[in-house]
Parts: sequence; structure tokens; C-alpha cells
Amino acid sequence: MSIRTQFIAPFVSALCLCTALLANGQEQNNTANSPEAIGLSIAKEMKARDRGWVDNSAEMEMVLHNGKRESRREMRVLSLEVADDGDKSMTIFDSPNDVKGTAFLSFTHTNAMDDQWLYLPALKRVKRIASKNKSGPFMGSEFAYEDLNSFEVEQYDYRWLRDETLDGQDCFVVESIPRDEYSGYSKQISWIDKTHYRALKIDFYDHKNTLLKTLTLSDYQLHLDKFWRPTKQSMLNHKNQRRTEVYLRNYQFGTGLDESDFTENSLKRAR
Amino acid sequence: MKKLSLPLLRLSVAAIALNPLFVHSELLGYIGLQGRVYPTSAAEAEQGSETVSAVIAPEWFTQWNDGDDSFNIKAFYRYDSLDSERSHGDLREFYWQHVGPSWELSIGINRVFWGVTESQHLVDIINQTDFVESADGEDKLGQPMIHFASIQSWGVIDAFILPHFRPREFAGQDGRLRSTPATLNNQERYQSDKEDEHIDYALRWSHYLGDWNLGLSWFQGTSREPLYEVIINGSDFALAPYYPLIEQSGIDAQYISGDWLWKLEAIHRRGLGHSLAEDMNASTAGFEYTFTGINTRFWDLGVLLEYSYDSRSKAQAGAFQNDIFSGGRLSLNDIASTEILFGISQDLDDSDSRSAVIEASTRVGDTMRLITELYHFRSKQTADPLYSIRRDSYVELGLEYYF
Repeated sequence: MSIRTQFIAPFVSALCLCTALLANGQEQNNTANSPEAIGLSIAKEMKARDRGWVDNSAEMEMVLHNGKRESRREMRVLSLEVADDGDKSMTIFDSPNDVKGTAFLSFTHTNAMDDQWLYLPALKRVKRIASKNKSGPFMGSEFAYEDLNSFEVEQYDYRWLRDETLDGQDCFVVESIPRDEYSGYSKQISWIDKTHYRALKIDFYDHKNTLLKTLTLSDYQLHLDKFWRPTKQSMLNHKNQRRTEVYLRNYQFGTGLDESDFTENSLKRAR
Repeated sequence: MKKLSLPLLRLSVAAIALNPLFVHSELLGYIGLQGRVYPTSAAEAEQGSETVSAVIAPEWFTQWNDGDDSFNIKAFYRYDSLDSERSHGDLREFYWQHVGPSWELSIGINRVFWGVTESQHLVDIINQTDFVESADGEDKLGQPMIHFASIQSWGVIDAFILPHFRPREFAGQDGRLRSTPATLNNQERYQSDKEDEHIDYALRWSHYLGDWNLGLSWFQGTSREPLYEVIINGSDFALAPYYPLIEQSGIDAQYISGDWLWKLEAIHRRGLGHSLAEDMNASTAGFEYTFTGINTRFWDLGVLLEYSYDSRSKAQAGAFQNDIFSGGRLSLNDIASTEILFGISQDLDDSDSRSAVIEASTRVGDTMRLITELYHFRSKQTADPLYSIRRDSYVELGLEYYF
């Protein structure tokens, strides 16, 4: 009982954070040109363009700006694409030093609660953990668990709002409303560039419908000629003016990871 | 160190990807300093009232063969100013591991945890408890073993050969948290003629199916939990541990439903041959529920309730023969990962028998943790296992540096 059990959330699907824009098999009562249908088709196109990455690994650095102080968290993230269900991921913590060796395994599901396990190296104990806590802060940062959560279908209802230029790029502006009652947000507004279908900015609104946070995604890099990944993500909390930056480096695709690398046993020996 | 390690780490990950024989090694661990005060005067005159102790726990591992082979060392030493028996060292881990396509083989000294409950760990039997290290019994001594694991779609089978037994260490005459009279170290008696060289065996099957986790386990060999014999030591009475041979079967199960975790552990133990140990059953069952985001600062509060039953008489059963444990874990979700654990264990047959704990910790800077611990024990009946430590409530303050 000496280490907290719920301090990390899944980072899957290369932290694309385009998550807001996915839908698959939603019931559609709208005509083809309704804002809802356009929003859904943008989401589907984003999803289609991010299929087939199979597996990857990346290093992640999180920088927390809290007034004058800065603190860092470093971790490695391994991900596996799963056909017809959510992805699998493992997060291995490298800093702060007191959580070094802690590791987190997550199976996301499209139609059920996620399965999550936490490995506590001091006790050599794997703990299964409840997965409802989506809106809480991740490691004291401005990112909530759900902001880092995977790329799953049927999580939102969509509505195209308008087209707009953002930093010189033509964008769709799409509203997505979480279907999950445990989400900390009433809605998200995303700016998606029309050329590559990449999320450039996301506004998060709280349950009082006031602007809570803004995420800016930048320094996109193209991998395997197909997959765009943001190198830098910056989350600004408008309520407390705190900011957290996430840097993703050293992306590796086709690393040969398979199902056997995402088990309780592999979690215990993750280093 | 940290500024250096990130680029190094990055290099090494890249190199592993390129070169399957790349060797990756790392040194980590912590050092700590603790001060502990026992506010109540001791039960026996020679027992002290405060102690300062220092701990070092370095860890080193090296991996090769694309991580399929590894060698792991974890050492531990504590110096204690009050009790020379609590000044102790241990090799927690010293093993080689090979990982095959659906199996693992580990040879050497290692630690293995089984189970799901929090207030006590009934099915967890591979390792001996490091009895002098902490009052909660969560610290374990390294156990020599050959451990083979087969990972299948229908679950994981773990098989163990345990060739050497580690006896418990007990606090010395000067120390607190000990029996009265004191239990002697190096006076162990065994049922087996082979004493601590008796070879023990264990098997476990465990599986995860949706919201269920299930484990079945079996152990045969020297009991980790001793019986105590009164002996004459010079002109005084003393206790000496006696380790019988036992067979223990266990089950552990956990069901997850939303924010609820339902937990069960149960064991049946029987003496082998002319064992002095009585046959027994014991179980712990309960739940954990987490309230998330309880205030505007997004604190989480997990609450825990567990009931424990033990068929043995109270004196033999230890602290959990008919007891309720209730507790909680408050996580502040702040940058310092501040956390407060608290719990109280109450005997349902004896309103004057209980123990309580509060443990709080927070990160200081990037590499240190400040930890405070408060234990309270209450007992009025001499037959109660808590009776000998009824005056040993303590408060401890510690600082740990992680590298």
C-alpha cells in the first residue's frame, strides 16, 4: 500500500489526440450534407488515414510549468494496433526517480470499460485498477487521463461548425460531444487541417460549458510516408494559467511488438 | 544524472532496435534516513524509546539478447541505532532470467507476490516476511528459487523449486515491536531433519477473463510462519521459532465493476507428518471503491473494507482471526504525488484490540520523498498477539533520495 495506484492513464495510438474525431457505425438520421454528417465524415477520414501503423514505440517527456517551478516526467510508450477493438499500450516510467520502474498496461475497448494494470516495482505486485477515472489529472499535469487516452471509435457525437484558417492552414472546425458520462468535458472544439486531417488545436469545455483548456499540437512529423505525429503538444489551463508540454521523440514503427509484449508477465519485467 | 540519462536512454533504445545483441545496463535505487519515536514507556526496561536508522537499497540490471536475457541484483541494508538485530542486510534479488516465446525461466534469488487483498496477504507464501523492517509486513526477504512460467491463452502456470529456507529475523532485546519475552534469532528448530535445506515446491495457475482475475495456488514445504516455543536462555525465558512442514492450498479472486474492486483470498493449510501445526482455514474478503475528483483540486479517495477470518485460536492466528480492516487512500493528484494512507484494524471479539496506521508521503524536489508514518496499537488481554506491542505505538519521519 505504499505507492498510489491510480497515477497514470493509457497513452495509446501514438497520442494522436485526434481522438475526438472518430466515429464508426454511428446511427445517422441526418442527411448527407447536415453538419452532423460532415463532422462524422471528417472523423472517419481521420481514422482511415491513421490505420495500419501496426505497432510503435516512442519516448515521452512531460514538462509541467507551475508558476516559477518546472518539473519533468519521462516515460516510454509501447503501442499495438488491435483489429476490431481498441489498442493495447504499455507505459514505462523513467522519472521522477521515485516512480522509476513503475509500468502501466492498458487494453482499450471500443464497447466496454478498458482493462488496466499497474506494476509496483517495490512490492513486485501487479494491481488491476478501476478505469472509470477519466477526468483526473495525469501525474499532476494539466492533461487529464482521457486527454491521453486512445483513439477509439464511438466515443463522440460530431458536428461540423465551419471552415476557418488557423496559422495559415485551411481547417475544418468540428465539435465533438463525449458519449461517456464520466468524461470531464461537455464538448471539444477541434481545428483539423484540410490537407492532412491533423488536429492542430483543441478547446476543451467543462460541464458549465466554459472554456477550460486549450491544446495546441505542433511540429508534426511524417512517419512511414503515411502517419503524421505531433512532436510537441502544449496544454494551457485557462482557470489556473498552468501549462504542460508533452514532447514525443524517437518514434519507431514496425518494432516487432506483438500480443505477448502486452501481458501481465511482460508488465512485470518491463524496464 | 538526469540530464545525462535521457539522451543516453534515447540512444540505447535506438541501439536496441538496431542491434539485437545490444547490452543495456542501469543502476538505480534509493538511500534514506528515518527517525522514530515511541512516546509510551516500554513494556520492558531494556527496550529503548527512539531510534535513528539509515537505509540503502541499490539495484542493478543488465539486459542482452534483445531483452530476452537479463541479470538482476537488488541489495538492501539498514542500520538501526537502537536495535542491533534490526541492523540487517539482505540480497532481495540476484537472478538470471530468460524469456522464451511463451515461457520464462528465472534462476537465483527473487521475490514473488501473489494475491489481491490489502490488509493481509494470505496466499502470498513464496517469500519470508522481513519482520524487522516494517510493521506492515509488506517487505520480503529474497528467496532462492528456480521459477518456470508458462504463459498460455488459458492462463499462466508458475512452477517453483525452492531449495533453501529463509527464517524470520526478530527484533532484539533493546528493540521495540517484539514479543515478551524476546524471540531469539539463530535458535530456530525445524520439523524437517534437513532443517533450512528442505526443498519446497509451489505451483500456481492464474488467469484474467474480462472483469475477473483468478488464481489457484499450492505449496508444500516449510511454513513461512513459525510456531513459538518457550525455552530457557541462561536464567531467562525466551521464545524460539519452530518451523513445521505444511501443505497450503490457496485461492485468490478479484472482480472489477466500474469503480468497485471485490476481493477474496482464502487458504487451507494442513500439517504434514508429525507436524505441530494445527490444520487451519483462513480468508480475507472485501472491497475497494474509489471516489474520483472529490473536490475542485481533483483529489481521489479510495476506501477499503476487508474482513478476515482465521480458524485457529486467537493466540496462534495472529492479528486477523475475526477482524475488520477499514481504510482509505487519499491521492492529491498534485505535482508532488502527495498521498495519505490510513487504516484501522479492529478485533470483533475484543473491543480493546486494535491497530491503526497513517502513512503520508510527498515528493520534495525531483528526487526525494518525505514520508511520515504513525502506528497505534491497543490491547488489554495477555492472550492477544497485539499485547506484547501494546506500548509500541510510534511516529516516524523519513527522507528518501532516489537515484
